[in-house]
Amino acid sequence: MIVDPSSDDRLDRAFMALADPVRRRIIARLSRGPATVNELADPFEISKQAVSKHIQVLEHAGLVTRTRDAQRRPVHLDPAALEALTAWIDRYRLIHEQQFRSLDALLAESTTAEASAEASDPATGATGRRTEEERS
Amino acid sequence: MTNPVTITAPEGLPFIEIEREFDAPVAAVFNAHRDPALVTQWLGPNGYEMNIERWDFVSHGAYRYIHTDTDGADWAFNGTFHSVRENELAIQTFEFEGYPDVVAIESMTFEDLGGGRMKLHIHSVYPTVEARDGMVASGMERGVTEGYARLDGLVAA
Repeated sequence: MIVDPSSDDRLDRAFMALADPVRRRIIARLSRGPATVNELADPFEISKQAVSKHIQVLEHAGLVTRTRDAQRRPVHLDPAALEALTAWIDRYRLIHEQQFRSLDALLAESTTAEASAEASDPATGATGRRTEEERS
Repeated sequence: MTNPVTITAPEGLPFIEIEREFDAPVAAVFNAHRDPALVTQWLGPNGYEMNIERWDFVSHGAYRYIHTDTDGADWAFNGTFHSVRENELAIQTFEFEGYPDVVAIESMTFEDLGGGRMKLHIHSVYPTVEARDGMVASGMERGVTEGYARLDGLVAA
């Protein structure tokens, strides 16, 4: 396995960023939509400067981004970054979940195909048809 | 709405147990395991191309297939279908050719839940706890690499 030490640092930063309860609450708030530093600071008994620092940590970890629209500079959550973390944790499970979802899709599709195949040509099952398509 | 997958890998025991319900009849799920043209459409990780060299889903039949990942790397697997009973059971051996001679025995049962639904049970037994842990970890190892690559993309953006 090749692990780029710089990406190892990034993963460390992401996990460290999420180790703090205030930063987790910020992430939870941002999961409902973007917010400004003022809006994020509102529910906390800490200064706006302290909240800004927490946001910087999250930003540095790649978990949130800040757009530069005029004065507001709202903070956005990057859900794909969180997904990357969970993918890192449990790939074995994800592979099985993915493949069973593919099987779900296939079963849903073949049920429909079977119904129409039976209606038009009872001699040809959905499976036989698919095999021909695959080979062509 | 997706049915959840239950994966159990008990500490210190060389098993992996997987359970998953399907909103489809037993016969359809069994057929998706038997017909190689259907198997290529769902078996293995997303984005991998699957080529089946052999697939005789009958008692004393055999299989071999190759997954090719997006970088063009091949991952080959083979085994024997020891017992296959329609809409009921399949017992097969499983070997990842990257770790030759480490052969798992997988028992799959196809349970009819009625109302056009079924439950798939997979019980895999590995020769040692280390081999079992290695199998789970190899999925994770690839995941680590892929996860890093995605994280790289995210932080670079």
